[in-house]
Amino acid sequence: MEEMVTYVPNLVGAGLIVIGAGIGLGKIGGAAMEGIARQPEATGKIQTAMIIIAALLEGLAFGALFLGK
Amino acid sequence: MKIAAYSIKTLSVLFFLYSAISFAGVKEENLNPQDGGEVNTQEEVTEYILHHIKDSHDFHLFSYTSDGERKHVGFPLPVIVWTSNGLTTFMSSEFHHDDAGKVIVEKNGVKLTKLHSKIYELDATASGVNFDAEHHPTNAKKLLDFSITKSVFGVMMIGLLMLLWFSRLARQYKTKQIPTGFGRVLEPLVLYVRDEIAKPNIGPKYRKFTGYLLTVFFFIWILNLLGLTPFGFNVTGQLAITACLAIFTLIIYVASGNKHFWQHILWMPGVPVLIRPVLAIIELAGTFIIKPFSLLVRLFANISAGHIVVMSLIGIMVVMKAELGAPGATILSFVLSMFITLIEVLVAFLQAYIFTMLSALFIGMSVAEHDHDHDHDDHGHEVPDAEDVRADFI
Repeated sequence: MEEMVTYVPNLVGAGLIVIGAGIGLGKIGGAAMEGIARQPEATGKIQTAMIIIAALLEGLAFGALFLGK
Repeated sequence: MKIAAYSIKTLSVLFFLYSAISFAGVKEENLNPQDGGEVNTQEEVTEYILHHIKDSHDFHLFSYTSDGERKHVGFPLPVIVWTSNGLTTFMSSEFHHDDAGKVIVEKNGVKLTKLHSKIYELDATASGVNFDAEHHPTNAKKLLDFSITKSVFGVMMIGLLMLLWFSRLARQYKTKQIPTGFGRVLEPLVLYVRDEIAKPNIGPKYRKFTGYLLTVFFFIWILNLLGLTPFGFNVTGQLAITACLAIFTLIIYVASGNKHFWQHILWMPGVPVLIRPVLAIIELAGTFIIKPFSLLVRLFANISAGHIVVMSLIGIMVVMKAELGAPGATILSFVLSMFITLIEVLVAFLQAYIFTMLSALFIGMSVAEHDHDHDHDDHGHEVPDAEDVRADFI
């Protein structure tokens, strides 16, 4: 039981990181969708930018998970 | 293009089939090597997954029990260690697939044993490994290990293969208009990296860096795909490998940084003087720590997480056997891991693309010709007209 309790902060932290990353990815994806719908001819550029931002966000989230482990 | 598309399709199908073949062995592989009995608990599956994520000294394909004896199928790799008596080499088969410090090999006057994929040297008087409360060995010490492990083998193999493929491709451009054979698969990918990643992100100086970007892209991509085969490679999921790649990128973008790059780091123009030192600290941390750290952790975490997910879904077969029965659990785990493996094929490409893209972006930042005192006409980012393909290869 004691062993389980020591895990709790880590798990809550991991959950918070995932929630934050989820919100961020959702905003990026939503904005990209909107942009593509408005200007379908810019799809390629928007996708590239979207992937870069998503990758940076993902790096941050993974870094936090990795350090918090 | 058609041939390339066809080849990629065939490759994906092949990789998929390979992972299917690994199912045949998995149930047996889950067996605990020590007791020779069946694995039914979650702990043993977890142990098995963690063992897979780590590097190891041999290829272990599968095991089975016959006449009450554990049989292992795989092939050994050379162990090269620096012991207190100097360099010692032998094949890892001498450990007989033991990973718990039970088998002791005497070579060159020292006692060696393998524990959790690491080679330990026992004290001269010891006859077995003693453990403390945290299961750390008390009478054995770690060694300098230069062994050809699974990951080292993978890196060497892919290095040689890439040298073969790409030198052949480069030679073909000297005599032919278009490459033949496997070169036709590689050409569109090479052009993709050059035209979609290097040129737009680096600008007019892209040619100098395209070689590195291509190498990193293919190295990561092929090793990611190799990780989906049942040989159990997890090369790009090793921190040492991804850290090394990130340090290469760091060295390249620091070494090729121009005046503007350093000026923007150390003495940012256009902001109040008092803020400049603060910005310099942030920029220095960003350039030397955060950028490479995010590169290395992203690749490592993505690939490791992918492997853990695939292995966990395979582990469903063992864990859910009581609830669903053996056939039900097998079908469930097969279907789930089939789809996640297909997603992993996509992730393998995406991570190689992102690593290359961000490397190009960072290099582009350090070589960009930017003049803040004049108007922003972005002349520094202009890409020259597309050159002949041949020119870039010769």
